[in-house]
Amino acid sequence: MKDVAFGQYYPAESFVHKMDPRVKIVLSIAYIVAVFLVREFYFLGFAAAFLFILLTTLFARVPFLKVLKSIKAILFFVVFSSILQVLFNREGTVLAKWWVIEITNVGLLRAAHISLRIVLIVMGTALLTLTTTPVEIADGIESLLTPLKWVKFPVHAFALIMSIALRFIPTLMDETDRIINAQKARGADFESGNIFKRIKALIPILIPLLISSFRRADELGDAMDARCYSGAKGRTKYKKMRLTYRDFIGFLLTAGLIVGIVFLNGVLGVAV
Amino acid sequence: MRIVAENLSHIYSPKSKFAVAALKDVSLTVEEGEFFGIIGHTGSGKSTFVQHLNGLLKADKGTKTLRVGEFDLLDKKCDFKKLRSRVGMVFQYPEYQLFADTVAEDIAFALKNFRPECSAEEVARLVRDALETVGLDYAEVKDKSPFDLSGGQKRRVAIAGVIVARPEILVLDEPVAGLDPKGKREFFELLHKLHKSFVKTVIIISHDMDNVAEHCTRVAVFDGGRVISVAPPKELFCDADRLISLGLDVPVTGYLAAELSKNGVNIDTDFTVEDFTNKVLEKWRGREES
Repeated sequence: MKDVAFGQYYPAESFVHKMDPRVKIVLSIAYIVAVFLVREFYFLGFAAAFLFILLTTLFARVPFLKVLKSIKAILFFVVFSSILQVLFNREGTVLAKWWVIEITNVGLLRAAHISLRIVLIVMGTALLTLTTTPVEIADGIESLLTPLKWVKFPVHAFALIMSIALRFIPTLMDETDRIINAQKARGADFESGNIFKRIKALIPILIPLLISSFRRADELGDAMDARCYSGAKGRTKYKKMRLTYRDFIGFLLTAGLIVGIVFLNGVLGVAV
Repeated sequence: MRIVAENLSHIYSPKSKFAVAALKDVSLTVEEGEFFGIIGHTGSGKSTFVQHLNGLLKADKGTKTLRVGEFDLLDKKCDFKKLRSRVGMVFQYPEYQLFADTVAEDIAFALKNFRPECSAEEVARLVRDALETVGLDYAEVKDKSPFDLSGGQKRRVAIAGVIVARPEILVLDEPVAGLDPKGKREFFELLHKLHKSFVKTVIIISHDMDNVAEHCTRVAVFDGGRVISVAPPKELFCDADRLISLGLDVPVTGYLAAELSKNGVNIDTDFTVEDFTNKVLEKWRGREES
């Protein structure tokens, strides 16, 4: 459990790390939209997006291997959806046929297109979490959601829930470790038996964990009361977010990517 | 069962930026029958050490020997389940491990894991024994939810849930944290009772030096992942200044003996309250007579 690094933040002093988290979130969304803009089978657009990732990684002083590792988590999903595309796509010319399965050129191209799209999107969001701490992301989201206050959405409470959840992940992981050890010392076995046995073996961990979470929630509530916490009214921020020249460069580069992709949507497509 | 550790090392999250060497070349032998104390400030490696004794943590490659009785813990084929049935472990705040619907069920958990062949009557008998050993009334609490009990009762139930398997070695990690003086006293009485019956060796991590002086046969001092001394309390607490410089404490009798020695009165005591008082009275009477 100890080796699970949540949020995978990579500490460094870099251009990207110093950017305003709000801008990074907005630009990440813009980047995702840009990747979706790539027209079917005009692969040069993906090349542009990849170039953008490479450039940002360089600016962020993050080892490229860290960005690549983020793909590992979705590899199964990518392979699975590719196989589905290849096996069940009926458009285009048939290249191979076996029983009810037809492999077509469109199926293959579409599998490539979807895989590239997912991989590039995940790499982009990984760059966001690698260069931005969970707390910064929560603050950024709170600030971006401010307009929702007009429709009476409790933005501050929402952000608080998010930061508390993030804050307690390591604490609960430690707690889980401790409980697992205590039950193992009493002979609990989590590694053998069939799936039902293993799920049942989790009960002695989950129940104490649930109870201790409630206890912690109570204690946290008391601690917040003791410090006179009373919601968003009149609260100021210790770290103020502000836009700098870095953010404008970020905006420009991302805008450049979108324009580039739109332009490349007419260049060198694979004809079917 | 004798415990032998030679050059025991353990690194948390090796090969990462967060690597921490928690144990460095720890060599320690605990004989059968000892009431062995372990002291050291937070992060000194004492908890890491005891978690090796029943295989919850695995020793690093550099370790030369780690044996508990006939079990060789460095051997990949070591039967850890069997080992754990003979080395009981009570963690800090053991009441946080409770989970079952009833007290009896929770206590029987270890029995179901270690001795699945046990008959229902046998389980009931062992659970009753364990509950009575920790000073709770079987008929009164057995069908209660463990979460309806008071804090002190919960801790007793949790300990019953460990000793029900009749371990030969009982390891306790700060078991009296958060107990009041009466609770602490009763807890040590319970430990002595167990030590006289099926528990042959007790290993206890504690910050409570009065109790360490009172009960332990030998004490190991951990600092920075190393064992810096192993001695009976009588020798250990002589050097109060050294322990204090390590961020540790000495028993009240240790402070008194140090003050008296500054004033030229040397008292040769083992730092238990009874012995200390007797020795001081002896000196006092001797002075009156001369």
